[in-house]
Amino acid sequence: MAHAHESNTKRIWVVFGLLSVITIVEVFLGIEKYDSLHLTSFFGTSPLNWIFILLTLLKAYYITWAFMHMEGEKKALRRSVVWSAVFLICYLVTLLLIEGGYLYSTLAPLVKW
Amino acid sequence: MEANIAVSSEIEETWNGGGPQPLGASYGKMMMWFFIVSDALTFSGFLAAYGLTRFKFIDSWPIADEVFTHIPFIHGNYPMIYVAFMTFVLIFSSVTMVLAVDAGHKMQKNKVAWYMFATIIGGLIFLGSQAWEWNTFIKGSYGAVKTTDGKILQFVKDGHQIALSDFVVGDRLDYREEHTRKNGLWFESGKALPQYSVAQIMASYKADPSIQIRSEQINADLKQKIVLSREKGLSELGKGKMVVEGADLKVNEYGNTIFADFFFFITGFHGFHVFSGILINIIIFFNVVLGTYEKRGHYEMVEKVGLYWHFVDLVWVFVFTFFYLV
Repeated sequence: MAHAHESNTKRIWVVFGLLSVITIVEVFLGIEKYDSLHLTSFFGTSPLNWIFILLTLLKAYYITWAFMHMEGEKKALRRSVVWSAVFLICYLVTLLLIEGGYLYSTLAPLVKW
Repeated sequence: MEANIAVSSEIEETWNGGGPQPLGASYGKMMMWFFIVSDALTFSGFLAAYGLTRFKFIDSWPIADEVFTHIPFIHGNYPMIYVAFMTFVLIFSSVTMVLAVDAGHKMQKNKVAWYMFATIIGGLIFLGSQAWEWNTFIKGSYGAVKTTDGKILQFVKDGHQIALSDFVVGDRLDYREEHTRKNGLWFESGKALPQYSVAQIMASYKADPSIQIRSEQINADLKQKIVLSREKGLSELGKGKMVVEGADLKVNEYGNTIFADFFFFITGFHGFHVFSGILINIIIFFNVVLGTYEKRGHYEMVEKVGLYWHFVDLVWVFVFTFFYLV
């Protein structure tokens, strides 16, 4: 094994605390939905949505790094997993969301409310 | 032939973690990472398709806060609380899983077994919650009317959505009755008749001026569904085709058909992952108890299923965000 197997119990609980706090913040913001965050727009969507997305990525980072022990793997393994997935996902999401916006702009005028 | 094989395959240690270790990861771990990357891309495909569809219907997509509002045994409107609870359960079961892996490194058999057990319980609670969530979603809580041009009309009073049973009174007016076995010589079961008829709802709507109709359309500035005026509501209701209660794959009371389809498909696919994860965890749990890994000299198997279990948690974090929050 490339990494030493020292006990990580303390770190596990710290990460659990972090993930819990992030989730509580998300739920709190989701319930409160402050107008200044929810009804304004920033780079295509509301700042609230950006906060949710960033916090989600932060959670994903902690789960992968601490729980899945990515931090203990060799750099090459880490990169081949994370970079390929992140690249492909960004590519797919970008194209599909742009296309979704196009579908809306084409079809919405045809819907009579 | 020999030259093509890096290490003699006579050493049967594939299930032992595997011999050669490119990138410092054993064969089994490497394959688990392969699987996780491909599965991550599968889920991304689903969520991206959800995103595309939502963008396509951006002005009429159901608002999650108005759809998922229930907590078991408690009445009232509590958006998000229950899903947040489910998220906690899954994160916590991830913690017990990683504690099991940690105990495995120290060869503490009993601790590994107990932590695995806790992980399985966490998984079962999550799965049960999801079953409850599905049940609530399928049954529905308010009911709506679907028009001939495919729109869903919901009913509000004083700004809050109300159920059909809260205001619909009188007779069905369409003289229909559910066909049951005792009523005919040749019984053929048909679709169950909804509790109320469109005509009945129409009459009740006319009778009570405090009832208004909420359309699917979203006011982009307020990010709320537009409530129609009484007159406009009446003309929309005139196009009423059927009464919808709850959700199935063809029609649902929340709005777009495809919204419910995605809900069933994505949470269902994730739930199936949790289900398989629980099965695998149970197998590993028994192996731990039987001392299989104690004999083998290491607990890498626990680590590998741990990777899978954390991945299921990871996916849920994204489903939670994109289905319930954003």
